[in-house]
Amino acid sequence: MKSDAKVLPAGKINWSNLVKFRELGLAIFIILLCVVINIRNDKFLTWVNISDMFLDTSILSFMALGMMLVIVTRGIDLSVASILALSGMITGFIVIAFPHIHPAFTATIGLLLGIFFGSITGMIISKGGVPPIIATLGMMSVYRGITFIISGGRWVNAYQMPDSFRNMTRNTLFGINNMIVIAIIIYIIFYYFINHTRTGRWIFATGSSPEAARVSGIKIDRILLLVYMIMGGLSGLGGVLWVSRYASAQNDTAAGFELTVISACVLGGVNIAGGSGTVLGVLLGSILIGIINNALPMIRVSPFWKLAIQGLVIIIAVLVNVFIQRDIRRRNTLLRKI
Amino acid sequence: MAGGIISSKKSFNLIRFFLQWEWMLVILIIAVIVVNSIISGNYASINGLMDATMVFLDKSFIVLTMVFIIIMGDIDISVASNIALSSVVMSVTHSAGVNMIASMLIGLLVGAGCGFINGILVSRFKELSAIIVTLATMSIYRGIAYVILGDQVVSDFPDWFSYFGWGYVGNTIIPFMLAAFIFFAIIFALILHKTSFGRRVFAIGNSQESSRFSGIPVERIKLIVFTLTGLMCAVSAIFLTSRLGSSRPNIAQGYELEIIAVVVLGGVSINGGKGRMLGAVLALFVIGLARYAMGLKNIPGQVMIVAIGLLLIFSVMLPNLLKKIKISKIY
Repeated sequence: MKSDAKVLPAGKINWSNLVKFRELGLAIFIILLCVVINIRNDKFLTWVNISDMFLDTSILSFMALGMMLVIVTRGIDLSVASILALSGMITGFIVIAFPHIHPAFTATIGLLLGIFFGSITGMIISKGGVPPIIATLGMMSVYRGITFIISGGRWVNAYQMPDSFRNMTRNTLFGINNMIVIAIIIYIIFYYFINHTRTGRWIFATGSSPEAARVSGIKIDRILLLVYMIMGGLSGLGGVLWVSRYASAQNDTAAGFELTVISACVLGGVNIAGGSGTVLGVLLGSILIGIINNALPMIRVSPFWKLAIQGLVIIIAVLVNVFIQRDIRRRNTLLRKI
Repeated sequence: MAGGIISSKKSFNLIRFFLQWEWMLVILIIAVIVVNSIISGNYASINGLMDATMVFLDKSFIVLTMVFIIIMGDIDISVASNIALSSVVMSVTHSAGVNMIASMLIGLLVGAGCGFINGILVSRFKELSAIIVTLATMSIYRGIAYVILGDQVVSDFPDWFSYFGWGYVGNTIIPFMLAAFIFFAIIFALILHKTSFGRRVFAIGNSQESSRFSGIPVERIKLIVFTLTGLMCAVSAIFLTSRLGSSRPNIAQGYELEIIAVVVLGGVSINGGKGRMLGAVLALFVIGLARYAMGLKNIPGQVMIVAIGLLLIFSVMLPNLLKKIKISKIY
């Protein structure tokens, strides 16, 4: 149980085996999918395309980590895309007003703005006792509406941005694009945080059984607040990178992106009923989404199919999860009978 | 309890009667009308009010069945996408040469079918919450609408079709939409409050487990309620399409927020098991009239969306906070 401590008190051998099997299965599926797509279009598995794909997936991949924590605590966050747009818009205006700010400072502002917006949502959920779906559905439109109001319907355009800001997501570190570097750093921090710190384990304990967690002395409302703050912070950072990468901040930036983030989690095997999920699974889930988004235009599927395919992917993934869980439960009852 | 009769009906208490949430909503409606008629001159004319109802009633048909769903403790956020898909299918079949009445029936079938799929998924897979199921079908239904119509618009409807969105009953000033809404509202209120089916919906919302043990067919009732919701989505789609005079895949975007907000503001508990149809209908008029007035004053729709989002959160949060204060006073 040294590296597999991701599933809460696993104990049952077949449970952790199945989880490992699930990630292996997902990885094999990704490889097969790549091969099939490459047969249809041999430009798919080229170095340029693969690095483009990782670049486009990096924001999704680290926001899915935050969403994993939210879903682990039996919640859901529909406001992430709106927080992304609002933080992106505000930092866009800041960059126009003060063109000489260092990009790292801009990114920090975005992160802090996101944490602030996330903490409002978190307070509503943890202190106000509002179910996460209602709270985040409401905040989704509040943040999106504020984005419209403060921008007055205007865009922040590429020519208004200083080069240093736009180059933030174009420069490389050791030959790897900054965005991918940021995603890798976040993944390493999360891996340590979730598996090897007390707070990280508390998050999973809260999701597995809130009642038991409360009895054992975990302050659940603080954990909930923390989870939504992390999610908000990652969305805020994502907003800055998004605006820098696509060189424009619009009112409908990333509209519908919350669905993509949730589907990356669900694909990665995060249990929607709370309590379980792994960093590796979320990574693979994000990569799979990235491949689907990248491959659809390459195999000449109309972009209008994207939304429907995304929904289908979510429903198939949750149904697969259900069947795996039913199988586990059946085996466990069999074991108990013997 | 020798010979004591426990009355099954609560005795009438005047104070309790006026302390109901519905009176609060009535006061709110009056306040909205008064404030608006002060701001903009001839708002309070009966003609103006009648016409105002047409602006917001098109989506309101879903509110009636959303009350059932939320009382059951579930939620359906795919309703707006269902409106878009039913509307697109209806208009595409018509422009492909099908009779308008037949294509309206096809639209109704599509709506009910989408609701049925939601119901099957929610009731067959008890591990899945209605949230994730309807979140997925939300993007599937709208996605299919995009696949069918792409970025095109269909607007070749027969002239009489505009009657649904713009017509009046006979020579009166009552809009046809309002009459249809009242008709459906009475039917669904009777089903919810006066039939055993309605009582079972409440029972499921209070405790799904104990309802199942007491012999209530929980799965079947959920399936019926979700299918009915799908059907009402298609009814809304007919009125909305007629009102707009055209159909696009992106109509009704974001309506799910408003519909859920109306139901919650109407005093239906988001945790299930509690609520009344009258409250939801009154809340619909509060939000609808307020929105119409803001439209008259040229206040951008985004402000209203922010207001509705905050309203949704506060109407759920307020009872919780009050409960907390009460508990801390007792101890």
